Amino acid sequence: MSRFLTLLFREIKSYFYSPVAYVVLFFFLLLTGFNFFAGVSLLNRGPTEITVVEAFFNTVLFWFGFVLVFPLITMRTFAEEFKMGTIEGLMTAPVRDGQVVLAKFGGALLFYIVLWLPSLAYFRIFEWITGSEAARAGGAYWGSYLLLLLLGMFYLSVGCLASVLTRNQIIAAVMSFCAITLLFFMGLLSFIVLNVSPFLRDIVGYFSAIEHMGEFSKGIIDSRPVVFYLSMTAFTLILTLHIFQARKWKS
Amino acid sequence: MIQVENLTKRYAGHTAVNNISFEVGKGEIVGFLGPNGAGKSTTMRILSAFLPATSGRARVAGYDVFTHSLQARRHIGYMPENVPLYPEMRVDEYLRFRGKLKGLHGRRLRERAAEVKDLCNLREVDHKIIGTLSKGFRQRVGLADAMIHEPDLLILDEPTIGLDPNQIRQVRDLIRNLGKHHTILLSTHILPEVEMTCSRVLILNKGRIEASDSPQNLLSHLRSAGSLHVELKPGGDDAESLLRSLDGVKEVVAKPAGEWMSFRLRTDAESDPRESIHRLAVDRKWPLRELSRARATLEDVFVEITQSDDA
Ligand SMILES: Nc1ncnc2c1ncn2[C@@H]1O[C@H](COP(=O)(O)OP(=O)(O)O)[C@@H](O)[C@H]1O
Ligand SMILES: [Mg+2]
Repeated sequence: MSRFLTLLFREIKSYFYSPVAYVVLFFFLLLTGFNFFAGVSLLNRGPTEITVVEAFFNTVLFWFGFVLVFPLITMRTFAEEFKMGTIEGLMTAPVRDGQVVLAKFGGALLFYIVLWLPSLAYFRIFEWITGSEAARAGGAYWGSYLLLLLLGMFYLSVGCLASVLTRNQIIAAVMSFCAITLLFFMGLLSFIVLNVSPFLRDIVGYFSAIEHMGEFSKGIIDSRPVVFYLSMTAFTLILTLHIFQARKWKS
Repeated sequence: MIQVENLTKRYAGHTAVNNISFEVGKGEIVGFLGPNGAGKSTTMRILSAFLPATSGRARVAGYDVFTHSLQARRHIGYMPENVPLYPEMRVDEYLRFRGKLKGLHGRRLRERAAEVKDLCNLREVDHKIIGTLSKGFRQRVGLADAMIHEPDLLILDEPTIGLDPNQIRQVRDLIRNLGKHHTILLSTHILPEVEMTCSRVLILNKGRIEASDSPQNLLSHLRSAGSLHVELKPGGDDAESLLRSLDGVKEVVAKPAGEWMSFRLRTDAESDPRESIHRLAVDRKWPLRELSRARATLEDVFVEITQSDDA
C-alpha cells in the first residue's frame, strides 16, 4: 500500500511539473467559465423550465471541451516512461505491475477531479448572488458530478490504454482522442439513425453520455449507467495491465 | 548470489543470449566484458527481473527472478545502461522516491539518502533538477539509487560509459569501495577497468560465454605464449634472420627507426630467449638499448577471444 501511495504521489506531482498541466487547467477554467456564463445568459433571456446546472452540463461547447481533456491528461502516463527508459528502473524496483497501472490511472483521475473543483464554486456563487436554486434538487447537482466522475473514469482508462500502446505521446493523444470521440458519438447514433434494431439501440444507449447527462442533471440517477461505466473502466484497466506487461517484456 | 542455468533469450528469431550458465559468489566483483551486441545488457535485464528469459533459469539470492520476481528484486540494486532518470525531479526528491519504492521510510530513509549522497558526492547537487545535471552527476545519481536500499547484489550496466577520465576514476574508486560490502556484476567495454576493479571476468561474445577467469589468470594464459620487444643498431647485418634462427623464437616483426631497428618477437610458451639475444648482440657488437617482455593486456585476451572465431 505504501508503495502504491508513493507511486500515486509521484504521478500527481508529475502533472504539476509539466507546463501541459497548467495549460489544461487554464483552458478548462476558461471553458467552464464561459459555459457557465452561457448558461446564466440563457436563464436571463426569460422564464424557463431548466436550471443553471442543466444548462451548464448540456451544451455542445461543454461536451467538446470535455472529450478533449482526456487525451491531454493521459497521453504522458505510460508513453513517457517507455520513451525515457525510466520504465526499466521503475519495474526493477519491487513494485507490482498492477500497482503501477493503478497509480497512473489514479493520478490521472485525481488531476481530472482537480479540474472540476472550480466549477463547484460557480454554482455556489450563483446561489449566493441570485438567491435561487442552481439545480432542481441536491440530487441533480451531485448527480451531474457523479456522472462526470464515472465518465471520467472510463475515458481516462481509455486514455491510459492508448498511452501504453506507444512510446510517442502525440500518437497516444491522437489515438485516445479518436477512441473517446467515437465512444462518445456512438451514443448519438440512436438520434441520427432511427431504424436500427432495438437490441443495437440498447447497446448504443449504454454509451450515450449525453442521454445519461440529461437524466443525471435532472437528478434521475439510474444504476445501470453506474454499473456500466464502472465495469468498462475495470475492463479497460485490465487490458491496459496486460498490454503493459507484454510491452515491458519486448522493450 | 547469482546462479544462471542454460539461459537463452531470443528476440523475434534473433538469439541475443545463447544457453549461458554461470555463478557469482557472495562478495565477488564480476565484470561482464564483450563487444557491442554481445548480450551483456540482455543478460543483466533478465537478472534484474525486467525481462523474462526464453528458456533457462536465473536465481538471485536464492529467488528465481521470474517466479519470485518481487523477492529477488528486493535484493538487487540495478543501474540500467544510460541511466534513465526522471528529468523533472530534484536529486534529493528522486532518491527519496526510489528509497520509498524499495521499502525504506522514516528515519531509515533519511539516513540512507544522506549516506548515499555522501558516498557518491552528490551533496552539492542535492536540490538541482536532474535534467540540468552533467553526465557524471547523472551517473552518480544512478549509482546512489542502485545502492540506497543496501542490496546484496549490485548490477551495473556500463557504469562508466560517457564519462571523462577523471569521472571514470571516481566511479571506479566508488565501485571498488562498494565491493567491500556488496556483490557486484558490472558490464563494460573499457578493459583496464575490469583489470583494476574485478576479481573475475566473464567474456561474452555473440550471446555465449567465451571465458571466465580472474584477470590475472587470463593474462598469464596469454603471456605464456609471450612476446618480446628488442631495439638495437644492427649496422649492416641482417639482424632479422639472425634473430629468427634463435631457439624458441617463432616470429619476428621488424620496424626500422632510423639507424635503430625495433623488433617484436613471438616466442614459445616455455622458452625465454632473452639471454641468447644478449649474447648475439655482444658477439656482433650491436648496440642494444631495449630488451623486454611485452606485457600482455586484457585487451589482447579480449581481441584474441572475440575475434578468433570470426577469422
Ligand atoms: N528489444 C530488442 N528487440 C530486438 N533485439 C534486441 C532488443 N534488445 C537487444 N536486442 C539485440 O540483442 C543483441 C544483444 O543486445 P545487448 O544485450 O543490448 O548487447 P550489449 O549490451 O552486450 O551491447 C543485439 O544484437 C541487439 O540488437
Ligand atoms: Mg549494453
